[in-house]
Amino acid sequence: MILALVEHDKGTPEELSLEALAMARELATAEGDSLEAVAFGDEADALGDELGEYGVEAVHCVAHHHLERYAPDAWAESVVQLASEREAKTITAPGTDRGREVLARVGTSLDAPMATNCLAVDIADDGAYELRRNRWGGSLIEHARLDGEHKLLTAAEHEFPIEPAASPTEPSVSTFEPDVDDDLFAVQVDRVETGDEEGIPLGEARVVVGGGRGVGSAEDYDQLEELAELLGGTVGASRAAVNEGWRPHDDQVGQTGAKISPDIYIACGISGAVQHMVGCKGADTLLAINTDSEAAIVQKADWAVIGDLHEVVPELNEVLRDAA
Amino acid sequence: MSDAFPSSADTVVIGAGIVGNSLAYHLADQGREDILLLDKGPLPDPGGSTGHASNFLMPVEHSKEITHLTRRSIEQYEDMDTFTNSGGLEVARTEERMAELERRVQSAAAWGEPGRLLSVEEIEEMVPYLNTDIIKGGFYSPGAGTCDPLRAGEVMRARADEYTDGGLTVSPNTTVLDLHVEDGAISAVETDRGTVKADEVAIACGLWSPKIAAMAGVEIPLTPAVHQMVSVGPISFFEDYEGEISFPVVRDMDTQMYERQHGNDLEVGSYQHRPILWDVDEIPSIDEAPLSPTQPPLTDDAFEQSMHDALEIVPELLDDPEAGVRHEIDGLLSVTPDGAPLLGPLQDVDGLWSCAAVWIKEAPAVGEAVAQWMTRGWSDIDLHGSDINRFYEYGNSRQFVKNRAHEGFQKIYGIVHPHEQWQSSRPLRTSPFYDRQDDLEARFFEAAGWERPQWYESNEDLLERYAEELEGLERPNEWDSRWWSPIILAEHLHMRDEVAMVGDMGFGIFDFVGEDACEFLEGMAVGRIDVDVGKTVYTPILAENGGFVSDLTIARLGPDHFRLITGGAAAGSDRAWFGSHIPENADVTMIDNSESLCTLGVWGPSAREVIQSVAEEDVSHEAFPPYTAQEVTIGEVDAWAMRLSYVGERGWELYAPMGQGRRLWELVEEAGEDHDVRPVGMGVYGTTGRLEKGYRLHGHELELEYDPSEAGLSFHGIKEADFVGKEAYAEALETEDAATLCTLSVADHAPEGGEPRFMLGGEPILDDGEVIVDEEGRESYVTSAGTGPTVGKHLLMAYLPPEYAEEGRELAVEYMGQQYPVTVEIAGSEPLFDPENDRIRS
Amino acid sequence: MKVLACIKRVPDTGAKIVLTEDEQRIDTSGLGFTMSPHEECAIEEAVAQVETHGGSAHVLTLGPPEADEQLRTGLAMQADEATLLETDEEEWSPRATADALADGIDRLDDEGFDLLLFGNESADAANYQVAVRVASELGYPCVTGIKDLEVEDGTAIAKREISGGEEVYEVDLPAVVTVKEGLNEPRYASMRAKMQARRQEIESVEPRAETRAGGLEKVRLEAPETDDSPAEILGEGSEAVPEIVEILAEEVEVV
Repeated sequence: MILALVEHDKGTPEELSLEALAMARELATAEGDSLEAVAFGDEADALGDELGEYGVEAVHCVAHHHLERYAPDAWAESVVQLASEREAKTITAPGTDRGREVLARVGTSLDAPMATNCLAVDIADDGAYELRRNRWGGSLIEHARLDGEHKLLTAAEHEFPIEPAASPTEPSVSTFEPDVDDDLFAVQVDRVETGDEEGIPLGEARVVVGGGRGVGSAEDYDQLEELAELLGGTVGASRAAVNEGWRPHDDQVGQTGAKISPDIYIACGISGAVQHMVGCKGADTLLAINTDSEAAIVQKADWAVIGDLHEVVPELNEVLRDAA
Repeated sequence: MSDAFPSSADTVVIGAGIVGNSLAYHLADQGREDILLLDKGPLPDPGGSTGHASNFLMPVEHSKEITHLTRRSIEQYEDMDTFTNSGGLEVARTEERMAELERRVQSAAAWGEPGRLLSVEEIEEMVPYLNTDIIKGGFYSPGAGTCDPLRAGEVMRARADEYTDGGLTVSPNTTVLDLHVEDGAISAVETDRGTVKADEVAIACGLWSPKIAAMAGVEIPLTPAVHQMVSVGPISFFEDYEGEISFPVVRDMDTQMYERQHGNDLEVGSYQHRPILWDVDEIPSIDEAPLSPTQPPLTDDAFEQSMHDALEIVPELLDDPEAGVRHEIDGLLSVTPDGAPLLGPLQDVDGLWSCAAVWIKEAPAVGEAVAQWMTRGWSDIDLHGSDINRFYEYGNSRQFVKNRAHEGFQKIYGIVHPHEQWQSSRPLRTSPFYDRQDDLEARFFEAAGWERPQWYESNEDLLERYAEELEGLERPNEWDSRWWSPIILAEHLHMRDEVAMVGDMGFGIFDFVGEDACEFLEGMAVGRIDVDVGKTVYTPILAENGGFVSDLTIARLGPDHFRLITGGAAAGSDRAWFGSHIPENADVTMIDNSESLCTLGVWGPSAREVIQSVAEEDVSHEAFPPYTAQEVTIGEVDAWAMRLSYVGERGWELYAPMGQGRRLWELVEEAGEDHDVRPVGMGVYGTTGRLEKGYRLHGHELELEYDPSEAGLSFHGIKEADFVGKEAYAEALETEDAATLCTLSVADHAPEGGEPRFMLGGEPILDDGEVIVDEEGRESYVTSAGTGPTVGKHLLMAYLPPEYAEEGRELAVEYMGQQYPVTVEIAGSEPLFDPENDRIRS
Repeated sequence: MKVLACIKRVPDTGAKIVLTEDEQRIDTSGLGFTMSPHEECAIEEAVAQVETHGGSAHVLTLGPPEADEQLRTGLAMQADEATLLETDEEEWSPRATADALADGIDRLDDEGFDLLLFGNESADAANYQVAVRVASELGYPCVTGIKDLEVEDGTAIAKREISGGEEVYEVDLPAVVTVKEGLNEPRYASMRAKMQARRQEIESVEPRAETRAGGLEKVRLEAPETDDSPAEILGEGSEAVPEIVEILAEEVEVV
């Protein structure tokens, strides 16, 4: 049995969880094994319908009186107990902070190896997995073997298409009550502080207007802000611009910043360093505005405008404003 | 400016760093109308050394050529509004360096650039952040400053476009794949954007130049080397000062480092670390390099001592609590076997030029000078020290370049004696006399790769014999006597009394054969070439401007056979000059015999007796008159001899096949035993003997900036036949000379008492404390210096304006911070010793 | 307070990564080495915490002898001590790395560290698990992905970004915290500190790790094909604005 950790918002599965589920389903199909999901939190039992579309045969909703707030060790222990009960040998998780840290903890409990950032997984004759995973934020691919009694996998972001299963299932939904010691709640979310930042988080924006070194100053981001606003999107920045102090680090798109997946990424004055490009790989389309027609970003874009962003963006804003 | 990649161009310039941009601009300025400028990288910074240089220009060097190129470059940067005049300061931590800085002052004066010594107090005032406790003083160059080479490149491209009326195509991100050569000439440049036909191509690719040259089967001898550089900031002290730089650039000479303000940062650069040479093939591509291909990461361990030294001299700035090392690189630059640029035609492929190994501080002027060279055949600033052909056929191997670069890197900012010899890759070129000379404890100096004895320790016994004559001519000062020996003077005196053998001189020997050989050479030389077979002609070779390309001897061996003999240092460039002038379809073949024939000079009163005793032929005055050449058989050796002398004595230059050279030496040595024949060194041949005779030397007295009339070499008059430079030459003969080459002697070597001093060359000539300048703006300086033991004086040659060029005129020379009285002995070319040339003619 | 920062030496790559012929590693000829920006923040945080609370900051890595370069970067950033768990060139699996680190940390200091900082993930392998495994072996609590950290009275208050805000953890020290770039602004080392760091001694310790069957094993690396189909050039300068508007409206449908 393959057990997939699913994160959800009140019964609606998260996108990255569905991606990881797609990976798990591929494996289940190849192994002729069943696919079951484990979920925590309120309204997890509402996941049944939707997860059925993706071929999940059972949904296990973990219930514990202490688990109203996220606690990674307790989550991990619950998964371990469930896996033991259900005899799951392969456990998958989404490529999120929680998914990765919970699975890593499962790894320590089971003394099991874990492969993160997976792009594809095949099963070798001896039962080991032959997989490909991202390194360097996706600039390199590692071909690796994962072997062991238990195998743990997380999916790379935006690599597995979310497609319904050929034959939907009607999963059973059950509650799983783990036996978790108090000391496994030593690490637990104490409180949540809502940000005073307005606007749409980078990771969720449909339109991202990115600015790099070519923007030239913090003030010049006003034009990009306006464009983002006109398009209902948000502003991102390259590491170079963040290092210049023009934007806060939260705006950084790239290997050590946010990974974005908008409908369109409008990259202004960004050269297209590889560390930046791995952060915007998830964008459906890419429009580059750059003075250098040979810049790496232009090579990778779908569309490009060769010109100075300080000329193009205000003009574009004006047209969009008039149209609005 | 066109963007489309052309299928043909008049001129292709490969490389769009500061050098390529400058070359394209000046070519356009000088009339080239259809130029393609391309680079592998993007613009404005294609990723070469231009993009990471510290961009300061210190004009004063001991080389006149480099000083003048830098000064001219500053003018150009100023004209493009890309220059900031900050001044520059070289500080001394030692007394030895203070003496060197006095020499800097002297060079500054000689090359017409302002510069003065500063006291520690003055330095404190000027650069308050220096730790003056460790400084003895400094040399201040008010003309120094910083530039913006990337911006200058943009201006140059725009101007080139304007001058060509849109005839400039700039093609960045274009990789050269191959150079096409047809019938020995460049025909096209193949790139990833297409192939462009061109019969004129210049390689201005910095440290990639050898790679591009190799595509045409030719060599550009340079290697990438690391210059470590870091930038420290933000420094609060600089916050009160607007702009890029408000303080002089500081060179901490003794640690081979510099510190210069750049906005709120201090750039600290070093040449003191161990030489780190790169293989050009190891340099990452633009895509692979995190910063740029020429900015690999700092090699930390090599930089440790540099940090220590920098912290010692600018502690306050570098210890600013807010400041950190924000940028640190092993900056790659081009290093050549002798440190000078590599400019000029690559003679094995017509139409292919090198414009490489040029620093930011020289680049605009180099572009101008090479453009002049390409378009009209000569440059306003003489570039013989940078002529790429100086390494022709000996100094292009990777190993040689590596060894010399390794050695030369350590001399950057060093105190380099004007006669200092290279130690690596030696011996490289040896004559058949070498082993015997080595046995005689010859002290070898190198010229164009050839090992030449400067003097022989085995002649030490002569010091005693000539003790009286040498009195007052020995050099008590260590610097003056470094790379020198009084034995040279004793050898000289012995030659004048008895007989000496000199060899091998490392000459360039080129035979010209063919029906058109006579006519061709006639068109190249000032002197008449169509002389009787057996005659020799010493003649200037001029550029169209009437300046000197060379001076050399041509002997007629047969109706259609001439032999041209030139100095070793000029052999490569002379070969290129003559080779490139042979008209198409002319029946002239140039045969390079430089490595086939060795040369042994036998000179002195007893020379005839010695030679006659071993020669099959009659070598009497009647049978073998002066200034003629004949075949002779010396013992078993088939030789060819010219009766002439560069040292003013009776005798011959004997030329023999290299394979028989050893035998030739033995025969002469044995035959001369009764006359106490001594081998004597180039110290006699090149300096003492020459100066007493007032003979001029190419690269010293003779260069493009002076004409034969000024040099006193107008004895040929104006011949009927046309020749290169004839018009300018004729005009020079008619007009009054702005300067005349004179021989001067030092009247007092210790005017203020103490140690007598002896000038070595390059010192300014003063009148009333001021450097003498002629009406064409040329400073008077010592072109050659050396002692004339027979005349008992230390002799200097210098060009002087007519009002000073009078025999007996008293002037002064500045040397190491002092003035010494000098007297004009000869104005013009008359020899000081044996003015009627009786010795040669008897 | 004793703070430890664990780092990893990785090549400093440009836009294009070239592999060695055996596809086992990056061809680093001509390249320098560095560490992940996350780890630079870990060192900065270690030093800053010690500056606030007193104590000492220690940098640790598992790597080849040349990794002393990265340790010296840490020392130049004012860490007090550095230790190298010296390996040969071969890369260690995340489990073996964690074993060796945990064992090394045990051996480093009898009293133990109060705060153990890691980068959220390494720049190259990005296994996202070494710190968690180390924490488990040492029996310390572990929080990951932290971009805001304060220490008060033996408690670490650590914040992690979530959609629309931050979740806050309070864990007792000693604890393991993995941090992300943005946590702080790593300092540029001063020249004097860099010079002194060069002269400082770095302790080299032989790492020990359990050998286990199976696990995650690298087979080879691959440089992915990049899509080099050229972009459609919409035009030059603002003349392209109508084209942009059309794309936004028709193709992407965001207007």
